Amino acid sequence: MPVKGRIVVNEAYCKGCELCVDACPQQVIALDPVRITAKGYHPATLVQEGCTGCGICAIVCPEAAITVYREAAKARQTAAA
Amino acid sequence: MVMLDEVVVYQRPQSLEECATHYCPGCTHGVAHRLIAEVIDEMGLRERMIGVASVGCSVFAYNYFDFDFVQAPHGRAPAMATGIKRVLPDRIVMTYQGDGDMASIGMGEIVHAAARGENITVFFLNNANYGMTGGQMAPTTLPGQQTTSSPKGRDVETQGYPVRASELLATLEGASYVVRRSLHDPKNIRMAKKAIRTAFEVQVRGLGFSMIELLSICPTNWGMTPVQSLHWLEEHMIPYYPIGDYKVHPIVAELKI
Amino acid sequence: MARELWKGNNAIAEAAVRAGLQAYFGYPITPQTELLEYLSARMPELGRAFVQAESELGAINMVYGAACTGARVMTSSSSPGISLMMEGISYIAGTEVPIVLVDVMRGGPGLGNIAPAQSDYNQIVHGGGHGDYNAIVLAPASIQESVDLTYEAFDLAEKYRAITVILIDGSIGQMMEPAEMPPMRPLKTEYPDWAVRGMVEHPGERRVLSSIYLDPPDEEAANLRMLRRWQQVEANEVRFKGYYLEDARFVVVGFGSAGRVALSAVRAARAEGIPVGLLRPITLKPFPVKALDELAQRVEGILVVEMNSGQMLEDVRRVVGGRVPVEFYGRLGGIIPMPDEVLEEIRRLSREPLTQDGHPRDRWLARMPRSN
Repeated sequence: MPVKGRIVVNEAYCKGCELCVDACPQQVIALDPVRITAKGYHPATLVQEGCTGCGICAIVCPEAAITVYREAAKARQTAAA
Repeated sequence: MVMLDEVVVYQRPQSLEECATHYCPGCTHGVAHRLIAEVIDEMGLRERMIGVASVGCSVFAYNYFDFDFVQAPHGRAPAMATGIKRVLPDRIVMTYQGDGDMASIGMGEIVHAAARGENITVFFLNNANYGMTGGQMAPTTLPGQQTTSSPKGRDVETQGYPVRASELLATLEGASYVVRRSLHDPKNIRMAKKAIRTAFEVQVRGLGFSMIELLSICPTNWGMTPVQSLHWLEEHMIPYYPIGDYKVHPIVAELKI
Repeated sequence: MARELWKGNNAIAEAAVRAGLQAYFGYPITPQTELLEYLSARMPELGRAFVQAESELGAINMVYGAACTGARVMTSSSSPGISLMMEGISYIAGTEVPIVLVDVMRGGPGLGNIAPAQSDYNQIVHGGGHGDYNAIVLAPASIQESVDLTYEAFDLAEKYRAITVILIDGSIGQMMEPAEMPPMRPLKTEYPDWAVRGMVEHPGERRVLSSIYLDPPDEEAANLRMLRRWQQVEANEVRFKGYYLEDARFVVVGFGSAGRVALSAVRAARAEGIPVGLLRPITLKPFPVKALDELAQRVEGILVVEMNSGQMLEDVRRVVGGRVPVEFYGRLGGIIPMPDEVLEEIRRLSREPLTQDGHPRDRWLARMPRSN
């Protein structure tokens, strides 16, 4: 099963520059054509399944707007340890 | 049942303020800010940091980095940084300057800060034009490159040749670590971050002057989309400004980072 | 402490050290260079910061950086170098950080020469740098006074978050006189709440210093704040020295070396029976307005003596406001007037009918020889 990840784009920071869209190896990011941020930009968002949580989008993001999560098959106890 | 845990792969660094920047969409100033902030977080330097902002697009850098800052006159950041570092030698002092600021009006200050081996770290953003004032010819503007003050393209016969700041500063005995990196793709961004880390390690260890040149894009003034700008940087800037290590003092070369 | 023979530039340097100078940044320029040379040995010996900068631009901005940390910091230069520093001086004023600046004036304009002059009066007293700001300007006339005022200059700068300038001419910088040094003060260990020193020294509180107020109402507010602080300087810090003023019918006004030469002339004139006194401003800014105003109400004529073309003259005229005739005598280009020359001007003042017609500078200029 492929690694699953997701991103959360902070719309207070995103300026819709599309650098993450261009850089995403899975091509699963696009600008949201409907939403408009407070500053008037269409924000980047995940548009389909397939995010691996590789973090490339965050590496190229000039606004530090992206938080990247990746699922890890670890038992809960590691977190408690 | 096995619980699936979610780990944070990447999040905004602590050393960045929680605020939007004034930079244009796609501007790699933001990438540079983020990398610097990440390294400062990772090295636990935030409480010791004093930044010196310059004049140009990065004039408001003090609004974006979440640590102490002062703001210098155009080109004078290395002199201000010298004044701060000499009275507070255990603080980590950085300047953040653009190409107009550092390689034109501030050439005297940067050359002599490097020559003195001043124990400061300089971040030099090279985007081949004056961004803040609307895209005029900079000391780094490429031959033939059109700007608002070289509308027919930089004519080297009358407007001279671009300055390669890293190569120039690398000739100075006092400079310990001078490298050029680029912010145009993930691999190069990672390399840039490693260089930033090395530069701060140099300062923390008291090894002298460090400067990281970062090739950057200016989509608004170049008249391109951010993605087009990245390609332009790669095709046009890197041949003139090769990525590389221009001065690595032998002691710096031995650092294990 | 015993009186010792001190050269002016060295004496100012040592007085600054004793006042707790933590950092000095400078650049060589005659007739100020001994100050830099002295501190190049003295500061490192005490473990304090000294840098010979690449230029006066470099020096003033190193001062700016160090001042932002709240450290006691000083630079020194001479006229052309001060011109180059003006950018930084304006930024420092706009950032409201205290510094001490020594200007050992020489002949100008341009490269001029290296002889003593007072022709930076306008540049130092009435601005020089861009924008609205006020600097405290102290004009000693002897080595001892230079020592005492330098020692005090740092306190004034810190109290009012202002630039304090020691304004002397090259002759005071170069000459030797006996002077007594003040005791060595301990270095500062506490810093004001605006000082940028890294959050390690002010945990949880991020500090930023700049001279930027992008929003015009903010810039106006900053200017008004500085102006109100300046009003306090005007109220509290005026210094001058009066000589033979009680019964004076005529008064000479001169600062620094010109004031000192004028004092010799005033004494000689008194010996001739001329009832003349001397007002020697020590703070050129704030200008001793009240003292001069009081004199303007009771004397018959005022003679301004300067080593320039009548720069302070305009401040005197503004205060006198046409109540009393004002005359001017100046030497330029690096020439110090001789006491006899000033005595002759005092005699003229007391003897000849005085006029309010025309400008005193024009009358003086008409008396000066034409060389071409």
